[in-house]
Amino acid sequence: MPANRSSSPGAGRRPSPLLVGWACAAAALALLPLVYLGLRALEHGPAHAWRIAVTGRTLELLVRSLGLAVVVVAACLVIGVSLAWLTVRTALPGARTWSVLATLPLAVPSYVAAFAWISTEPGLAGFAGAALALTLVSYPYVYLPVAAALRGLDPAQEEAARSLGHGPLRTFRRVTLPQLRPAAAGGGLLVALYVLSDFGAVSIMRYETFTRAIFTAYRASFDRTPAAALGCVLVVMTVLLVWAEARTRGRAGHARTGGGSARRASSARLGRLRWAALGWCSAVAAAGVVFPLGTLGYWLTAGRSGAWEPGRLLETAGATLAVAAAGAALTTALALPVGILAARHRGRVAHLLEQAAYAGHAVPGITVALAMVFLAVRYAYPIYQEPPLLVLCYAVLFLPVAVAATRAAVLQSPPVLEDVARSLGDSPLRVLRRVTVPLAAPGIAAGAALTFVVCMKELPATLLLRPTGMDTLATRLWAETTTASYAAAAPYAAVLILIAAVPSYLLGRRRA
Amino acid sequence: MTDLRIGGLVKCYDPPARVLDGLDLTVPAGLLAAVLGPSGCGKTTLLRVVAGFLRADAGTVELGGRVVCGPGVHLPPERRRVGIVPQEGALFPHLSVAANVAFGLTGTGRAERRRRTGEMLELVGLPGYGGRMPHELSGGQQQRVAVARALAPAPDLVLLDEPFNALDSALRAGVRADVRAALRATGATGLLVTHDQQEALSTADLVAVLRDGRVAQCGTPEEVYRRPVDLWVAGFVGDAVFLPATVEDGTAATPLGRIPLAGDRRGSGGVVVLRPEQLVLGPAGTRGTVVDVRFYGHDAMVHVAVDGLDEPVAVRVPGPAGVRPGEEAAVSVTGEATLHPR
Repeated sequence: MPANRSSSPGAGRRPSPLLVGWACAAAALALLPLVYLGLRALEHGPAHAWRIAVTGRTLELLVRSLGLAVVVVAACLVIGVSLAWLTVRTALPGARTWSVLATLPLAVPSYVAAFAWISTEPGLAGFAGAALALTLVSYPYVYLPVAAALRGLDPAQEEAARSLGHGPLRTFRRVTLPQLRPAAAGGGLLVALYVLSDFGAVSIMRYETFTRAIFTAYRASFDRTPAAALGCVLVVMTVLLVWAEARTRGRAGHARTGGGSARRASSARLGRLRWAALGWCSAVAAAGVVFPLGTLGYWLTAGRSGAWEPGRLLETAGATLAVAAAGAALTTALALPVGILAARHRGRVAHLLEQAAYAGHAVPGITVALAMVFLAVRYAYPIYQEPPLLVLCYAVLFLPVAVAATRAAVLQSPPVLEDVARSLGDSPLRVLRRVTVPLAAPGIAAGAALTFVVCMKELPATLLLRPTGMDTLATRLWAETTTASYAAAAPYAAVLILIAAVPSYLLGRRRA
Repeated sequence: MTDLRIGGLVKCYDPPARVLDGLDLTVPAGLLAAVLGPSGCGKTTLLRVVAGFLRADAGTVELGGRVVCGPGVHLPPERRRVGIVPQEGALFPHLSVAANVAFGLTGTGRAERRRRTGEMLELVGLPGYGGRMPHELSGGQQQRVAVARALAPAPDLVLLDEPFNALDSALRAGVRADVRAALRATGATGLLVTHDQQEALSTADLVAVLRDGRVAQCGTPEEVYRRPVDLWVAGFVGDAVFLPATVEDGTAATPLGRIPLAGDRRGSGGVVVLRPEQLVLGPAGTRGTVVDVRFYGHDAMVHVAVDGLDEPVAVRVPGPAGVRPGEEAAVSVTGEATLHPR
């Protein structure tokens, strides 16, 4: 109905040109590496690129990468859906604690999980180890949306099914499960994306996938076309996944019909299965959280006599903090206009800018880093292997994190406040400064903290772009682990987790 | 003191469907006009065009002779001197009450700002509330602060967008009266958008009834209520009794007897409109049977089935009805009716 649209936010308002220009710059920066990667791969003609891309080796990498993704996604679906059902819909003792434990692995970088497993059992190297480590860090991507979907289900629907003569199992299959499918599918696709983009776990487990092959190709030869061609294949795969994920999200419109808020569903009683359920939850928590931390503790104490280098550790921590802080600052500054436009102006331009800013979400870190290397070597040699290039790369990679946070923060306050400020004599830019940004500030700060954490944990792009002689905690951890110096790696992992825990803790407290 | 003149205003979202379809409205300086209409009639669109949040596709908006919207002219909202009081107040949650009221007072000294803020808070009956935060106020207080905030920069026009909707009915009358008084005290012209007939009739100096993007009728509350221009307006602004009639010698012959006609009497027949309070139950009059009694506290509505009418007629009775369904009753008519083509 047109009359409803008239009262909708931002209808008919034109964004300030400065805001649009600023957002365009951010979007262009986000798209630049992708475009350049394509140009570079096609530099010696499509035939050359085709010859390099379509080989037995590429096919082999495709099979290995997809095989790993399929196995990890399947395992994550089993763990994620079962834990979600147990913690949300059953009378599991300590359900709240289990639900917190189930999300904690999100904070464990894949290379730390891989470090923990391979340092305990070197025989895990290869497919099994990579699948194990990746499953244990990425199942929360399934757990979280499925648990949210279960919580959001209206129990009245299940009650209606029961009253219409369906037993509990049939009700679950015909009413509950179909409504969980979009959440589970979306989560599964995120896991697949995570696996395809992962570099840390597969390289530590010495399992050859696209990301590892790209890194090797880049290091091995001066001809960068093979790396670029492999990068393009990987980008095509991930873009297909993102497209599929967006489609499942678009169709996930399983809302409740009718108004009012849903009641909480009654919890299913587990009976004698309670012990089996507790055992399963404990096993997942032990493998995903307790084991990595325990291993870290073991290597910290075991390595006491050996490779403690406090000076170097301090220096590395300082360098990590500096580049991560700069990355978070630049990313937040670039995300601000895109997030505001996305929240307040639903025109085609705003939509395109937002989509462009999300490019980093679809492209694995290693390919963005590769593109930045190409660009810098040719057009900006002075910043090649200098901190600014690394910081720019962080901005491209993590713009989606900051844009999503900014957009959500701006959406928190009703647009009518901005209308009122305009009617009281403020220009659009003054409204931004006096109303929009101050109101969104807590959410924007939370996004900046989150960006800081992901910058700090970033591995593949940092490996390619770090200034000569500079290490971050992640690259040191990776370097020591790949040479099996586990005791030397442990302090870096410990400091990384400690520093990352501070913003995570603050974010968690804010949400509570 | 500034008058508002709106001429031929057109706005389409999905051409060719027009939400505003050549709307004309004039509000003399210092008066409060209510724009009354059902949902979807274009009220909110009108308000947003006048405020400058939406661009009109055609037509003009003039404030005291100043064209703020017209062919080739679109003054941005911040330069129109038009204050708005949104639904539920929409106070800035990060600012204190005083800072909210002072928000539009830029370009003045600190002492003057403080003086004006205090003056405005006093005007809306909240002196000494400047240090509070919006969430510490009740809904009615928030709405008063929103009015003070809109009036503080002395705007030429104040737009009120269903401002009393969120208040419970006990509070509403008090806040409405205070807002009315504050507007009068500052001399600002006002435009109140509402779908509530009671609110429009009791609060405004002028009522403009909107239908399909045009003003169907504009007049004083009494005119709109007593002399509706057509059957739709009659039914929309209040309870109405419709009677088929033939005109003879300037009076209407109806199943309830002869009724004098108001205004010009066009045609030889049609439908006459009466208000339920013009009907009286008594010993004399047209006989009928009571079919329903609805008690509202201050009055009651008695529905009486009368021979020759398809629908029962509604009779408003002060206090308790004194009759029960099934009983016999006689209905007579007082005052004049308006005649409309069928």
